[in-house]
Amino acid sequence: MAEENWRERLRTWLAEHPPPPEAHTDVAAAQRYQAQLHDAGYAGLTWPKEWGGQGLGAVEAQAFAEESAAADLPTRPFMIGMGMTGPTLVDLGTPEQKRRYLPPLLRGEEIWCQLFSEPGAGSDVASLRTRAVREPDGSWVLSGQKVWTSNAQWADVAAVLARTDPDKPKHGGITMFVLDMRQPGVTVRPLVDMTGHAPFNEVYLDEARVPADGVLGEVDGGWRAATTMLGHERVSISGMRQRRGRGVTSAALTELAQRRDVAGDPLVRDRLADLYAHERVLELFTDRMRQETAAGVPVGARGSVGKLAGALLAHRGVEVAGHVAGADAVAWEVSDDGEGPGDDLALGIASAPAASIAGGTNEIQRSIIGERVLGLPREPAADRDRPFRDAPTGEVDRAAGSHV
Amino acid sequence: MQLVPTSEQDELRSAVRALLDKQAPRAVRATVDDGAGYDRDLWRRLGTELGVLGLAVPEELGGAGAGHVERAILAEELGRALLPSPFLGSAVLATDLLVGLDDRSGLLGALGSGERMAAVAGVLGPAGDVSVSGGGLRGSAGPVVDATDADDLLVVVDGVVHHLDATGPGVVRTPLRSLDPTRRHARVDLDGAAATRLGSLDSDALQRVRDLATVAIAAEQTGVMGAAVDRTVAYVSDRVQFGRVIGSYQAVKHGCADMYASTEQAVSAVRAAAWAADHDPDALPLPAAVARVFVGPAAFAVTNSMVQYHGGIGYTWEHDAHLFYKRAKSDELLSGPPGAARARLAELMKV
Ligand SMILES: Cc1cc2nc3c(=O)[nH]c(=O)nc-3n(C[C@H](O)[C@H](O)[C@H](O)COP(=O)(O)OP(=O)(O)OC[C@H]3O[C@@H](n4cnc5c(N)ncnc54)[C@H](O)[C@@H]3O)c2cc1C
Repeated sequence: MAEENWRERLRTWLAEHPPPPEAHTDVAAAQRYQAQLHDAGYAGLTWPKEWGGQGLGAVEAQAFAEESAAADLPTRPFMIGMGMTGPTLVDLGTPEQKRRYLPPLLRGEEIWCQLFSEPGAGSDVASLRTRAVREPDGSWVLSGQKVWTSNAQWADVAAVLARTDPDKPKHGGITMFVLDMRQPGVTVRPLVDMTGHAPFNEVYLDEARVPADGVLGEVDGGWRAATTMLGHERVSISGMRQRRGRGVTSAALTELAQRRDVAGDPLVRDRLADLYAHERVLELFTDRMRQETAAGVPVGARGSVGKLAGALLAHRGVEVAGHVAGADAVAWEVSDDGEGPGDDLALGIASAPAASIAGGTNEIQRSIIGERVLGLPREPAADRDRPFRDAPTGEVDRAAGSHV
Repeated sequence: MQLVPTSEQDELRSAVRALLDKQAPRAVRATVDDGAGYDRDLWRRLGTELGVLGLAVPEELGGAGAGHVERAILAEELGRALLPSPFLGSAVLATDLLVGLDDRSGLLGALGSGERMAAVAGVLGPAGDVSVSGGGLRGSAGPVVDATDADDLLVVVDGVVHHLDATGPGVVRTPLRSLDPTRRHARVDLDGAAATRLGSLDSDALQRVRDLATVAIAAEQTGVMGAAVDRTVAYVSDRVQFGRVIGSYQAVKHGCADMYASTEQAVSAVRAAAWAADHDPDALPLPAAVARVFVGPAAFAVTNSMVQYHGGIGYTWEHDAHLFYKRAKSDELLSGPPGAARARLAELMKV
């Protein structure tokens, strides 16, 4: 009953306070809306009250997920903070760090990014080479290059992984830091992705500074912090319905089929039903994981199931889009407002690979499930037990893939 | 919607599993290798000792008054064990028809105790051409699942449910050869067989019986999937080729991960559908259709991988892998082709 009241109030609030359209293009507008959400008690639902959260349970979190889905909230700038770095701070941060960072994170006042990947360290993020050196006063100086960093173009703060001891084996000499992005040692360069947009970046650290109390977790204990965060990441990605993929959902494609007058075609119906079933089942799996978490059963590596299924779903949507749209997905007129009927479809088609690469590729998720859930033997690794400085490298030459 | 089992439900699962772990392997081989009928003793033990054959039957009709969530757990365990049993005919189709009719003839009690076994014609699968003529029924129906071993037959003609003594005069049952050797089917020929009219169900009520069967079949399939995953992981953790266990090869490991991932999703779909059957009956058609569309092909893919990762031994009659494979395929097709399931879902989605 209490839950129904809560949901009813939320529904009313969302109806009375829809996000302004510009919140999807203007980050300041998104931030203002996030502050409004927080004031109304709808940000950080399951986070402890003392850090600005609401201290609510899985029931409310699920109600929020359901009710807010239709409202199309501007969540993109906050997804790293809400889904990944925030929960990791809740798990591993000091009381001072929680007090300092969590409330502004929830209010949208500070935007976060995650500086893990490097040109030579993607799936194998523990092979990262960004160095952190301790100064006599206990503070740290970081130098190196990060890449594919989502939201760095807006970020105020980052969770960064850096090597603190190259004489230890690769997983043992890494530390996680909280880094102020607004400083001279940090340079952000936008990187255009295959959709033509620039949602991610290259980030150069050139003697960037972190104070002594900026270590998240333990010095040289960064791998544990990283796996904690990656666990949150998988769960948050699988629960997330990405705006960029909305053109290839069963709802959008059903509408398109009706508009194109192909909804009676048995093949179109067949493919739409199959897509819907897969979407729905993934939602149910995610709900179930949420309920298990609330019941005290950790999701752990099973979060990879949702991450993998979400990626496969994105590609399934692309396949079904072809059956529904046919040649209409190939080229279309652009109207005076600069938009056209194929825009969302094209974005859905072009962004599907992000789902199967970002946050750990499908192959890596399958290895995680195989090894950590099913207990199959780990992959042989050439570099696990020797000092990192002796390990072989494999950096990419990005220019090699370009024809211009 | 409750997607996580309660501790009572976990206990139910353990109790059923403990009995089947001990008794099912012998029963499976007796049916598969020697063509033996369903194990009546074991069925009675499920009915009386464990009291799990009337889980979804209300107490006032003599059942356990639990629900479809509980029955789905039983189905899953029966699927896991591949037990040759009249579950679908007797504990699902016949039971649900009788509950739908609010039947107080005592038949529900006899089915629930495992004393009698029933089969149903005219609800799942081909309709046949049975008609009422004079005082009896005439015509044939088939394949009728579980009819070979049944004591009672329920035949639905134009929404009217008729009860027949399966061994009575005018009833001829011809066992059929089946893809899945652990589930027995028969053609039923009726030649003026005496029948009692139990009542009638409208099309919504009949659809509910079909949806409940869909949920039970999907639950059984998740049990098949779970067992396939467990047995395959055990095998590939043990079998050595090229000096390494084969589960250390990524092609095999990733295949096992895919098996597990679709099983976990299927379990979620079934729990949601079973929950709806108990708590939101008007909304049952959609989650039941979703479960069928997802679980049917997923279960077959998982069992196909099971055979594949067992290699040659998986292709032998002696090994159980083919039984999982065949159960998964016949469960997928039992109520019609997968395309029909998707067509129904498209209808429900209002495409
Ligand atoms: C849209 C997007 C957003 C991103 N955002 C961020 C971000 O905010 N922060 C951040 O730190 N990173 C981010 N990334 C980076 C992302 O985490 C990496 O791209 C990803 O982990 C893969 O690493 P890689 O690109 O180096 O590819 P590689 O690791 O080189 O992989 C190349 C191919 O090899 C396969 N492969 C690699 N190792 C194995 C193995 N052991 N077994 C089998 N196959 C293997 C991979 O599956 C892949 O198919 C983002 C990426 C994308 C696409």
